Amino acid sequence: MRVLVAMSGGVDSAVAAARAVDAGHDVTGVHLALAQNPKSFRTGARGCCTLEDARDARRAADVIGIPYYVWDLAVRFREDVVDNFVAEYAAGRTPNPCLRCNEKIKFSAVLDRARALGFDAVVTGHHARLDSGLLRRSVDPLKDQSYVLAVLTRDQLAHAIFPLGASTKGEVREEAARRGLAVAEKPDSHDICFIADGDTAGFLRERLGSLPGDLVDTAGAVVGSHDGTFGFTVGQRRGLRLGVPAPDGQPRYVLSISPVDRTITVGAREELEVHEIVAIRPVWNGPPVDVDAGFTCAVQVRAHGMVTRADVTVDRDALRIRLVEPQLGIAAGQAVVLYSSDGDTVLGSATIAQTRRSGLALRA
Amino acid sequence: MPHYLDHAATTPMLPEALEVMSAHLRDLGNPSSLHAAGRAARRTVEEAREQLGRALGARPSEIVFTGGGTEADNLAVKGLYWARRTADPRRVRVLASAVEHHAVLDPVAWLGANQGALVEWLPVDRLGRIDLEALESAIERDPESVALVAVMWANNEVGTVQPIREVAAIAGPYGIPVHSDAVQAAAQLEVDFGASGLATMAVSAHKIGGPLGVGALLVGRDVTVEPIVHGGGQERDVRSGTLDAPAIAGFAVAGEIAAAQREVQSKRLAGLRDDLVAGVTAAVPDVVLNGDPGPEPHRRLPANAHFAFPGCEGDALLMLLDAKGIACSTGSACSAGVAQPSHVLLAMGLDAELSRSSLRFSLGHTSSDADVAAAVAAIGPAVERARSARVSVEASRHR
Repeated sequence: MRVLVAMSGGVDSAVAAARAVDAGHDVTGVHLALAQNPKSFRTGARGCCTLEDARDARRAADVIGIPYYVWDLAVRFREDVVDNFVAEYAAGRTPNPCLRCNEKIKFSAVLDRARALGFDAVVTGHHARLDSGLLRRSVDPLKDQSYVLAVLTRDQLAHAIFPLGASTKGEVREEAARRGLAVAEKPDSHDICFIADGDTAGFLRERLGSLPGDLVDTAGAVVGSHDGTFGFTVGQRRGLRLGVPAPDGQPRYVLSISPVDRTITVGAREELEVHEIVAIRPVWNGPPVDVDAGFTCAVQVRAHGMVTRADVTVDRDALRIRLVEPQLGIAAGQAVVLYSSDGDTVLGSATIAQTRRSGLALRA
Repeated sequence: MPHYLDHAATTPMLPEALEVMSAHLRDLGNPSSLHAAGRAARRTVEEAREQLGRALGARPSEIVFTGGGTEADNLAVKGLYWARRTADPRRVRVLASAVEHHAVLDPVAWLGANQGALVEWLPVDRLGRIDLEALESAIERDPESVALVAVMWANNEVGTVQPIREVAAIAGPYGIPVHSDAVQAAAQLEVDFGASGLATMAVSAHKIGGPLGVGALLVGRDVTVEPIVHGGGQERDVRSGTLDAPAIAGFAVAGEIAAAQREVQSKRLAGLRDDLVAGVTAAVPDVVLNGDPGPEPHRRLPANAHFAFPGCEGDALLMLLDAKGIACSTGSACSAGVAQPSHVLLAMGLDAELSRSSLRFSLGHTSSDADVAAAVAAIGPAVERARSARVSVEASRHR
């Protein structure tokens, strides 16, 4: 096959490219330029977008012996990922930009362009397996990225190749060193690539301005103030700067975010417990599930979160997901990924719209 | 078999230049040393200087060797600005064409941002040619305040040749120095420095069949430029650094051969280029030829063809042609390798979309009919594919 490898400049995509060559594919490497002004990201070095990363990707392509190009996707990235990230926070939700980037950039903009230009598939260095078209977890549970890929449709997965799923990160690094790839020791990327200094609240404040409001407890009493609901995530404990101590002396957490009246509701840890999730915009990309009768499966609600059993019923385009064991601090906007009961194969995913504590009303 | 149509980026070394340079790489001696080995190296440099002077219409003493064309342009722009402003602090205006190579564009902008220069970009017409009346009126508005004028001899992207002698004739009566980047022109046009009226002129060895990493700034005898690289003062106290005698020798041989063969070669390349334009136009009827349609050599570089392919992304086309073994260029690239819309095409009045759809094919001394035929054969299918890619990506945009 003629395949295009998305090369970030990191160790994973470099080894993925080398393995694609070994597998007999006709391989072309492409580095995605996602920052409109790469210079502003030079000091970031958080896994993509820097000039150093572009150079590392180029050198890896040289060593592997494949053609290498840079594709400018900065405008698409800003529109589909960065602007969406800001808008989601402004709406009181907690988006996952990596997932969004996979859905809209790597396996949409890049895949579409690659297919039109005569390529059969896009290869990435994601840690996940594709088994007869089914998305499965990586053998490395610490590095598994099936969660951020679960948003892809069957058609997108049919044109994706993930050569690293059967290897641990350690094995990938060893292989990179053996192949003479200079990125073998490069640190893992983390955090959000377009927020170079890691200050998400500052990034959002710069774009959304100051929108002051109150922090209230579950009885409605004002216990503090803030300068923008976007600085908060459900489940957050640090940085609340509460003026009034909790009556029981226990720490308090963000329970819900209401950007319309600029109110953050805080409460005790047990009040964070979620027993039921309503999720929308489902993507079914795995083995068939019984949408009429409902089914039991394993679910994961954040990128590196716990997996819990759940009963799922489907009501048109909304999923009602009852968690067998309650989970703490589930934020609207995050994806819920449904796995087979053994937790290994992705059945599908959906976007969390509302959550509910047992016996209480749904909350956004 | 690969077909190289990117000679404006760099052209293969002429065998004679390669031979001379290789031979001198065995030589021992720093041209600034006083002993026999040093004198021998110095002799190599000085003979090369004379040889290059004959090729470029310059006195040997007017040649300042540099580490390439970009350094020569920087030395001219900054060096003239500082020297002129030191002589008279009123001289802070820098007039430069809007289509300069980044090697001039960026130092001019830097002078504006950091050194108090007042920068005025001189407009060009749809063909990329400078507006002489705009230059004249810019100077006449306050001639005493102009530090320098910079207008390239021929444009590196679209190949438009500028009326350099007219530019020099306009600035000359006011004593305003004119710098010209002749990096692209030197191999294809007669660039007689002595007859040009220029104060300074930049040339680069690897664009004329010499080695990479060496160039020269031609500096008129009466012209003062402040150094930008300080040290031993090896080159007229204007440029420091141990001279690369082997590269300079190769540079001079290339310059001599390029000058001797210019007329024949330019005619041959113009013929090939016309075939290329005709073939591409037949394959892609709505293609747009950017720049001046000619005739040469007064209006357009003979070896340059620059096209806009409506509905295509230039970088997709480049990739598709590269896969077929055909090397061309989208124009200037930034350090991360992302093609920005060309400032040259924008200054000529093309919109950003059309400018992003552009490709440059440039020929040189090794170009053949087979190269042109291969490019013509590949361009139709590549354009068709790049157009469908564009359409499908746009269609998916808000899916």
